[in-house]
Amino acid sequence: MRKITYKEALREALREEMRRDPTVFLLGEDIGRYWGGAFKVTKGLVEEFGDERVRDTPISESAIIGAAVGAAITGTRPVAEIMFGDLTALAMDQIANQAAKIHYMFGGQVKVPLVIRTPFGAGVNIAAHHSQSLEAWFMHVPGLYVAVPSTPYDAKGLLKTAIRGSNPVFFCEHKLLYPMEGAVPEDEYTVPFGVADVKRKGSDVTIVATLYMVHEALSVAKGLEAEGISVEVVDPRTLAPLDKHTIISSVKKTGRLVVVSEDCKTAGVSAEIAATVAEEAIDYLDAPIKRVAEPDTPIPFSPPLEQYVIPNEKSIIKAVREIA
Amino acid sequence: MYKKMFEIRRFEEKVFELYAQNLVPGTIHLYAGEEAIAVGVCSNLRKDDYITSTHRGHGHCIAKGAELKRIMAEILGKKTGYCKGKGGSMHIADFNVGMLGATAVVGAGLPIAVGAGLSIKLRGTDNVVACFFGDGASNQGTFHEAINMAAIWKLPVIFVCENNVYAMGTRQSTVMLVENIADRAIAYGIPGVAVDGNNVLTVYEAAQKAVERARTGQGPTLIECKTYRHKGHSRIDPAKYRPKEEVEEWLRKDPIKRFKEKLLQPNTLLETEIRQIEKEVLTKIEEAVKFAIESPHPFAEEALEDVYA
Ligand SMILES: Cc1ncc(C[n+]2csc(CCOP(=O)(O)OP(=O)(O)O)c2C)c(N)n1
Ligand SMILES: [Mg+2]
Repeated sequence: MRKITYKEALREALREEMRRDPTVFLLGEDIGRYWGGAFKVTKGLVEEFGDERVRDTPISESAIIGAAVGAAITGTRPVAEIMFGDLTALAMDQIANQAAKIHYMFGGQVKVPLVIRTPFGAGVNIAAHHSQSLEAWFMHVPGLYVAVPSTPYDAKGLLKTAIRGSNPVFFCEHKLLYPMEGAVPEDEYTVPFGVADVKRKGSDVTIVATLYMVHEALSVAKGLEAEGISVEVVDPRTLAPLDKHTIISSVKKTGRLVVVSEDCKTAGVSAEIAATVAEEAIDYLDAPIKRVAEPDTPIPFSPPLEQYVIPNEKSIIKAVREIA
Repeated sequence: MYKKMFEIRRFEEKVFELYAQNLVPGTIHLYAGEEAIAVGVCSNLRKDDYITSTHRGHGHCIAKGAELKRIMAEILGKKTGYCKGKGGSMHIADFNVGMLGATAVVGAGLPIAVGAGLSIKLRGTDNVVACFFGDGASNQGTFHEAINMAAIWKLPVIFVCENNVYAMGTRQSTVMLVENIADRAIAYGIPGVAVDGNNVLTVYEAAQKAVERARTGQGPTLIECKTYRHKGHSRIDPAKYRPKEEVEEWLRKDPIKRFKEKLLQPNTLLETEIRQIEKEVLTKIEEAVKFAIESPHPFAEEALEDVYA
């Protein structure tokens, strides 16, 4: 199968959906003619679809999401880009109080089919305002779906599902994944929400990981195989809805669980997954659940500091060894 | 003022050089070309006055009197930097000289400046706050909320918009229909002036009036300084979206070159004096670079410190 990057896969999804459905349009800061998106995801789309549908906006995050909400409830399918995940904080009212609640609050009268794309993740030395992973904030908001693709295949398939759906989707990307290559079929496909993917089969320990951490977990699994520890890697692919069934089935088989996530540990993604397993499958566990996550600090700038806080293969291996 | 402007220019050139040598982690937003603004404004401020700054903030730090070596150390991610390596280029602060910090969230500095102005008023001192932000930032909701609030409460804030024509690749004229951002002041009932931001004397005079107004309790002013950045938006940006003629025209209006020509006119600074100033600056910058390069990185575990006071 042909290989393309995560970034290209996202762009393909946008292009194909814009061709398929004339009501789909993009808006965001510097996504169009002059820049093509801070991470170049939308590069080249303005040439095909024009400035109306690949719409550059002022630096007004709140107004970007607000405009997307208004457009979504009046017959279009906006895909908004927030340049960096941290900056979603500026649009929080529009995301959490408007987009997420309108359908419910108005008694189901109207649908809010919009997608908010944004990159999370540390590792490129751009410090506290451009590096945090905030998936858990959005997982906590009823009414939002949260996608966390780790591969080009998942990125394309999940983005298509997001655009075609009837609900607001918070679509988390990761800065370090954009250049990563992977197999993506040329034929049409989508990836459903709420269906985890077992990225590697194993029998001794289950690692549940998301986004960039999936790749760290896979490489740990490969390394530990030589020592006779068989690791299964489960990638939920969406955090809301969360595929509890696949996670719990894996834990029932292995009896051991490590959850790896790049966000802060307290009240983070790893907390939610660990709690779910503890609540629903504690009798199947042969050892305590381990969590590998960022410590509860903002992301520091200096490389030694930053590297210290990001979970990595070493910290994952340590956690696995403690229970395997 | 010439010395400060020259200091900023050479400092930025040095940062650019170090970046090319892979000594600067992350990205950088250089202030080269906009020196007249920070210097023209800050020359009207006292040490105990405040400023707030942006992602393009090295020049503001220097103009407000922060130490070159600790700025450079921070940019290189060293323990001896102003923020112990936790902030980096986009997040430098020096509370000892009233530099309340740079924020990398565009437009987030405006409400903070208003808060500082409010505290001045509440504490009954006669300080003022200069708030720097870009043309792009003026499209944030915070611009409206902050200026209006400062206006109704007559706070001692000078809003300094550095209009360098672009916000990343977005040209000002494509995201606002007014030509002068200063005109927006009408909406808040405060004075708004648009000045040549590449002429340090013009900026100085406009700031002088605004500072005077602020200090005497008459409220905020919006000053728009028309300028241009010499380099791309950030280190990786070749700035191909800017027409060549436009770039050339602005390079001819280089604020440092213009000021130097003015100073060299009869009865002002002599050429030898200027040379002496430049020499001193270069030495100081070399010392700063040496200090920064020789400084240690923080210990990794320090990442866990400073989360709570
Ligand atoms: C709230 C927010 N939105 C977007 C960004 C990404 N960003 C960084 S600088 C910049 C352009 C800022 O333009 P302007 O205010 O004119 O300042 P300049 O860079 O021209 O000095 C953008 C969009 C950000 N850092 N913060
Ligand atoms: Mg600008």
